[in-house]
Amino acid sequence: MQKPSINHSFQYPGSIGEMPSGPCADAGVLVEANAGWRVFRPVLDAAKCVKCLKCWLICPDGAIDRSGKDYAIDYAFCKGCGICAYECPTKSIRMEKEGDDVE
Amino acid sequence: MVNVRDLPERELLYGHKACPGCAAGTVARLILKVTGERTFLAYPASCLSTVTSIYPQMAFAVPSFTAPFAATGAVLSGMAAAVKAKKMQDVTVLGIAGDGGTADIGLQAVSGAVERGDRILYVCYDNEAYMNTGIQRSSLTPYGAATTTSPAGKAGGAIGEKKFKKNLFEIMVAHRIPYCATASVANIADLLGKVAKAKDTDGPSFLHIHAPCPTGWGFAAERTMEIARLAVESGLWFLAEYQDGRVTLNYRPKEFIPVREYLKTQKRFRHLGPAEWNVIEEQRDREWAVISGRWEPAGREKA
Repeated sequence: MQKPSINHSFQYPGSIGEMPSGPCADAGVLVEANAGWRVFRPVLDAAKCVKCLKCWLICPDGAIDRSGKDYAIDYAFCKGCGICAYECPTKSIRMEKEGDDVE
Repeated sequence: MVNVRDLPERELLYGHKACPGCAAGTVARLILKVTGERTFLAYPASCLSTVTSIYPQMAFAVPSFTAPFAATGAVLSGMAAAVKAKKMQDVTVLGIAGDGGTADIGLQAVSGAVERGDRILYVCYDNEAYMNTGIQRSSLTPYGAATTTSPAGKAGGAIGEKKFKKNLFEIMVAHRIPYCATASVANIADLLGKVAKAKDTDGPSFLHIHAPCPTGWGFAAERTMEIARLAVESGLWFLAEYQDGRVTLNYRPKEFIPVREYLKTQKRFRHLGPAEWNVIEEQRDREWAVISGRWEPAGREKA
């Protein structure tokens, strides 16, 4: 998927002198993920998926990746709203509680 | 019409901080997919500016400008003038504003911008209140909706917002601009087609898009698209477009579903009873009587 990636090496300004000196900044800059927002995570069953593009179109965060052989979900930026699972015509996405896989 | 399989994979809005289930996120994402990377974007104070440009993050991957609240239209005019002066080809000057930033605070600027005839595309995503600042009513808040400035309560029989939603589409049609339409996230194909038409319009174009807000309206995040569908099916939102001097209604439900089926899904309408449902239904029927009499019916032209 073509999207901005997280810049992990970004350093916040340490003092006022290091702050950028104008109102302009680069576009497409991300320094942190949104994964921590999630209570439920969507899990895709690729065998049931018919690749109708519906989830890819309606996802508010664009977290569905359609570039590979099967659709995939970018868990770094999925907020777990569940629209994809609710709207999926073949019910191939289910929502699982985060942390349930941890003993 | 836009073939969704031809839409670019590239995400030009990514990693924003909007609430889970935010329809405005879907709207902005899809519009940028149609207009492409050669887009100059302006947005006023709104949810969209708050969730995309938090230093050092910048979720838009296109050149964008945070305009003063009242000035989105004026900023777009300036951008269009710059595009003309630089003789740039094949670029879209795009503005995305909320309902308050368009119908209340920014109305003068957008009216001026479209009246001047600049080649701009102005999008109003309508979540029916000032959501970003904490759900205050706007002139596009519907009758009966509880907001923090139009609260509902037993004392004094407060029913929430006491006035009906104003018809922004007809205000823009009155400008006789080349292209003007309403859309909803409930019908993505219709929405994408309208964005593509607006992009290709040589002159000002305006889109008014219904965008449900889980936080402000009070419903579960996963139901955003369903709520949008119920609004269209109950006749409380209409899909229409204005071009070549006539208005076409793109979709008319065979039979409206009762408005209570839409209203009961949301916390902001929960205090309403049969008396208010009737008021809303009567207003809807009055509105549709006007629409049916004045606008060309659905089916004349394939949406």
